[in-house]
Amino acid sequence: MKKGLAYFELKQEIEEFLYQEADLLDTRKFREWLDLLAEDLVYFMPIRRNVKFGEHDERENTRQGEGISWFDEDKWTVTKRVEQILTGVHYAEEPLSRVTHMVSNVRLLDVKPSMEDPDEVTVGCRFLVFQSRVEYEHYTFIGRRTDVLRRNGDSWLIARRELILEQNVLLAKNLSILF
Amino acid sequence: MINLAAGTVDREIFTSPDVHRQELEKLFTRSWLFVGHESQIPKPGDFFVSRMGDGPVILCRDDRGGIHVFLNSCRHRGMKVCRYEHGNTALFVCPYHSWSYTTDGKLQGVPQYRTLYAGTLNRDEWGLVEVARMANYKGTIWASWDPEAPDFLNWLGDAVDHFDHVIDCRDGRPGGAEVIGVHKWVFPSNWKFAAENFLGDSYHNPSHRSVDMVGMSASAQAGQRRDNEYAKGQRVWVGYPQGHGMTSGYVPDDVEYTPTYQQYPEVDEYFRHCFYERKRRLGERANLLPLVGTIFPNASYHGRQPRGICVWHPHGPTETEAWRFFLVDADAPAAVKDVPRRYYMRYSGPAGMTEQDDMENWLYATAASKGTIAKRYPLNYQMSMKLPNATHLGPGEVATQMTDQTPRNFYRVWQRYMSGDNWDSLLGRDIQPMLRAAE
Ligand code: FES
Ligand SMILES: [Fe+2]
Repeated sequence: MKKGLAYFELKQEIEEFLYQEADLLDTRKFREWLDLLAEDLVYFMPIRRNVKFGEHDERENTRQGEGISWFDEDKWTVTKRVEQILTGVHYAEEPLSRVTHMVSNVRLLDVKPSMEDPDEVTVGCRFLVFQSRVEYEHYTFIGRRTDVLRRNGDSWLIARRELILEQNVLLAKNLSILF
Repeated sequence: MINLAAGTVDREIFTSPDVHRQELEKLFTRSWLFVGHESQIPKPGDFFVSRMGDGPVILCRDDRGGIHVFLNSCRHRGMKVCRYEHGNTALFVCPYHSWSYTTDGKLQGVPQYRTLYAGTLNRDEWGLVEVARMANYKGTIWASWDPEAPDFLNWLGDAVDHFDHVIDCRDGRPGGAEVIGVHKWVFPSNWKFAAENFLGDSYHNPSHRSVDMVGMSASAQAGQRRDNEYAKGQRVWVGYPQGHGMTSGYVPDDVEYTPTYQQYPEVDEYFRHCFYERKRRLGERANLLPLVGTIFPNASYHGRQPRGICVWHPHGPTETEAWRFFLVDADAPAAVKDVPRRYYMRYSGPAGMTEQDDMENWLYATAASKGTIAKRYPLNYQMSMKLPNATHLGPGEVATQMTDQTPRNFYRVWQRYMSGDNWDSLLGRDIQPMLRAAE
C-alpha cells in the first residue's frame, strides 16, 4: 500500500472514529455505540490454545464458525448484551464497571476500492481495556484487533471485529463488558 | 462445620485455607473426578492435558488405543512433561533433562543412561505416575487416585438415571457425544459455591432476571432463557447417597415435543425427530429430562440447553478454575452442531449472559464470608426441611419442590470425606435404609 497523503488523511479519520467509538463505550452510551455496528456484524474473540511450534496457524486459535470461542456472534446477540446491561438487574454489570478502552498501533491494512474514495477499510490496532469493578476487582485485557469498517455517509459502520486476546485460561471471572 | 439437624453450614468451609488443604488431601485424592471425553483423544498418541483437584494430569491414548491418565509431572525433578493443551505425540519428552515417556507412561529415554545410571536406575519404577482407577463411561473419562475406590458405576449409583441423558445421543442411543470446545477461566470464589448451585438451586432464578427480560433462549424468544420443555412435567430435586444431586423434569407419557431453535427449521426438525425416537427407544425412561446437576464433588452438567459438563477445579480456598466441556451429538448434521454452539456461547461461562451473574454471586458470597464477624454466622440451608420425600419417584431423596435437601446431602457426604470415612460410608450405604426406616 502506497503511503501518500491520502493514506494519512484516511488513517487520521479512521483513528478519530475508533477513539470516538471507544469513548461511547467508556461513557456508557451503549445504544449510540450499537448504532455504529453494521446489521451484518461479525463479533469474534477466539480462545487461544497452547500448541506445539509449527502448529500455530492451524490450531492456536479457535475458528470463527466452528466450535466454542469467547465470542462468535452477530448484531442480534450484541444488542441483547446491551439490552441486558440496560435492565439495571444484570448483576455482573450492576453496579456498572468502570472501563477504559485504549486503542493504539493503528494501521490501515486494506482499503477498497481506493484510498481516495474508500468504502471499506480493514484496520488493525492493539487494544488495552481496563475494567475496574465494585471495590477491588480489576482486570486488564490486552490484545490485537482487526476491524472492517464500512463507509456510512460521513461516518463508518463496524462490519467485523476480531479480538485476539493475549490470554489462554481467561484470567477474569467474566467478559461482561463490551470490546 | 456442617449442622444437618439445624440446616446450617459454617462459612469457614468456603474461605478457610485449612479446610481447603484438607479437601485436597482427603476428598480430591479419593473421589472419582471427571477428566475429559474420549472424543478429545480419538487416535493413538492423542492427548489432552487436564486437572484433577490441584494437580495437572495428561489424558492420553497409547499406541495400542488404551486410555490413560497420568500426573503431568516428571519423575526426575518434577517438570511438567507436557505443556501443550492437546495434540498428538509418540513420546512425552521432558523439557528439563530430556527424560522421555511413552504414551502408556513408561520411562523410555534417560540421557546417558549407561554412563550415569547403569545398574542403579530401574526404569520400570520411574514411569509417569498413573491414576489408581480410570473409567470410560460412554465416552466420559473419570479417574480416582484411590486404589480402594469402588467401581465407577457403583460410585455414580442411581445418579446414572439422570447423567445418561446428558451424555447419550439426543435420540436415546447410548454415548455418542463429542466435545466441541472447552472454556477455561478462573474466578475468585470457593469451588463449592459453584458445585452446590448446580445441585438444583432453582431458587436463584431471580438473579437471572435480566436474561429473561431481554430473551435469549435457544429459539430467541423474549421472556425466556431456555425453550421450556419442562413446563408440562413434574420437576424433581434429587440427592443421592454418594453426594450427587440434580434437578430434572418428569414429563407425562403423552407429552409432545416442545419446538426448539425454531428459527432454524433443520435444527428444530432434528430435535423433533430425536424427541420421538428417544421415546421409542427408551419408553418410560424418556420421560426424564435432565436440567442441571452436580456429580460429586465438582463435575456439574447442563443436560439439554445448553449441554455440557463443567468442572470446578479447586485453585485455592477462594479461587476456582472452571473448565466447561460443551457437548453435541457427534453424528449430528453440521447445522445442528452450529446453531446450538452459538446458544451455548451466549448462555454459558464468563461471556455467557446467564452465567455471568452466577460468577458475580459466587465471588461476592465468598468475599463477604471472609470477615471475622461474618464467620460467626453460618449460612442457611433450611429450605423444605420438613418435606417428606416423594418415594414413588425413584430412589434417592426426591423432592417435588425446591429444596436444600440436595445441598444438605452434598455436605453430609463432603463431611464424610473430610473425616476420612471408609468407602461404605462415602457411598452412603447407611443413608438409604435409615431414610426408609424413618418413613
Ligand atoms: S525434570 Fe524431567 S528430566 Fe529432569
Ligand atoms: Fe445460575
